[in-house]
Amino acid sequence: MIVQQQKAKIATRDAFGHEIVELGLKNSNIYVVDIDIGKSCKTTEFMNRLPGQHINVGIAEQNGCGIAAGLATTGKIPFVSTYAVFGSLRMAEQIRQEICYPNLNVKIACSHGGLTPANDGGSHQAIEDMGVLRTIPNMTVIMGADYYATRRLVALAAEHCGPVYLRFTRDAVPVIYDEQDTFVIGKAKKLREGTDIALIANGDTVHLALKAAAELAEQGISAKLLDMHTLKPLDREAVVECLDIGKIITVEDHNIINGLGSAVSEVVAEEGRGIVRRIGVQDKFGESAPYEKLLELSGITVDNIVKTAKALLS
Amino acid sequence: MKQISIQELQQKAVELRQAALTMIYEAQSGHPGGSFSAADVIAVLYFKEMNIDPANPKWEDRDRFVLSKGHVCPILYAALLLRGFVPPETIHSLRKYGSPFQGHPDMKKCPGIDISTGSLGQGLSCAVGMAIAGKRDGKAYRVFAMVGDGECQEGQIWEAAQSANKYALDNLIVFVDDNGLQIDGTCDEVMPNLDLERKFAAFGFETRRIDGHNIEEIVRTLDEVKAANNGKPKCIVCNTVKGKGVSFMEHSVSWHGVAPKEEEYKRAMEEIAGGLQR
Repeated sequence: MIVQQQKAKIATRDAFGHEIVELGLKNSNIYVVDIDIGKSCKTTEFMNRLPGQHINVGIAEQNGCGIAAGLATTGKIPFVSTYAVFGSLRMAEQIRQEICYPNLNVKIACSHGGLTPANDGGSHQAIEDMGVLRTIPNMTVIMGADYYATRRLVALAAEHCGPVYLRFTRDAVPVIYDEQDTFVIGKAKKLREGTDIALIANGDTVHLALKAAAELAEQGISAKLLDMHTLKPLDREAVVECLDIGKIITVEDHNIINGLGSAVSEVVAEEGRGIVRRIGVQDKFGESAPYEKLLELSGITVDNIVKTAKALLS
Repeated sequence: MKQISIQELQQKAVELRQAALTMIYEAQSGHPGGSFSAADVIAVLYFKEMNIDPANPKWEDRDRFVLSKGHVCPILYAALLLRGFVPPETIHSLRKYGSPFQGHPDMKKCPGIDISTGSLGQGLSCAVGMAIAGKRDGKAYRVFAMVGDGECQEGQIWEAAQSANKYALDNLIVFVDDNGLQIDGTCDEVMPNLDLERKFAAFGFETRRIDGHNIEEIVRTLDEVKAANNGKPKCIVCNTVKGKGVSFMEHSVSWHGVAPKEEEYKRAMEEIAGGLQR
């Protein structure tokens, strides 16, 4: 159920930290492969409570990825945990060769997604990760919108047999769901019905789209809203349904190239009808700044979603 | 471990080289040079040392083998073929559409392949993961890995090596096929490896350097390192000859990834057969 009055803010990396302990306690095949930054990726509790299911390879991402592949061949379900920029790009070829090519049951679970490692600067902000990994066959790519969505999606990823990339936020994001909300990998979650315009968002931008939809409603514009938590496999059917409205705005904390905007546009182009506007990182590296400032610099704001919607409708 | 004489193992090595060469000849594609430098170690592993069951290739207590230098898979395929993991006619299918014998080892397509490899530097990490799982699960299986000397230029090999030390993987036995050659020339010209035995020793391994074509020495050294009982991972650096067993392929970079023509194939098969008498 959607919480309209937004409650506390929690970083979704905390959701991973909490859920992975529960999963590990229930299933001794759940492993965490840390790459030195367990404290930051919230795996310390797992390490302390389940040392027999924990490995720390030090600062060696590629090896961590290969070890996880080896573990998976013996029936373990390893979660490789690091920052999104390293977990996607530094180990991209290892993910391709040793995890996706043999279709092994390894999860890449990354904190610091998108612009959320804001103060760390452009070197640490992961704006290409989901796009790079969605091009690899057999890979599933997921980002939950908040704490509860992320906990559920981490649990679903553990049940799913095959490679999954999970992306979490470093910075706190508003809670919009509750414990009762259910999710299905590959099925968009419809947060609002609407008839004038369709908003499709993922991850830490869903709460912005939610606010924008409310604001549009006040101005007499009816906006549909989808939480596209699974970038791949994309819920094509849900996108096609938006074509009855015809005007779509995508919102993502990722480069507009090869992320959610691109994935949605691929469907729209193939269907041959409808129009898409992509809100996201405009193919530019970030810099050190408060998270909200970085979103603003990229136009990933409630105001810009509203403005874009009105321009599209005029 | 199987009871088999040194002479019988030498005969197996001949059969492996012949089968690998036949595959490469029929495919007119593949890597004979590195296949032949690795052949004698593979013969010892697959016909004596490893605890495996061709009727149950995914048996969870089996010993594992990781061919990190995946491009020399014809010699591994030959072992799987002669041990009965795949039907005899598979020998004719290397690199062909629908074959279990892909250009590089594919665990999804070929029974007996414990991990897909092909991109150099990555297999040893997978072997480490298998060995950690074996220890954590209290299983007795061992993990054998073969890496190339040129492959040791990949940094990930050393990431894997340091983790084998950290997790005290005495169930991991790494062979380095030190044939001294890589595609662009000798390893010393392209990128010197210095002394790989000392490098692995510095990374915490129990190490040996041996003649990688001396079956008796391979068998004896394996027995020695297994008896070491010091909690260390093992590394056996094998002095080998690229193209070993065929005079015109030996020590030759040009036979890294080239298939023989008909006359060359016939001559090579004869030379390999005569190898026992040399």
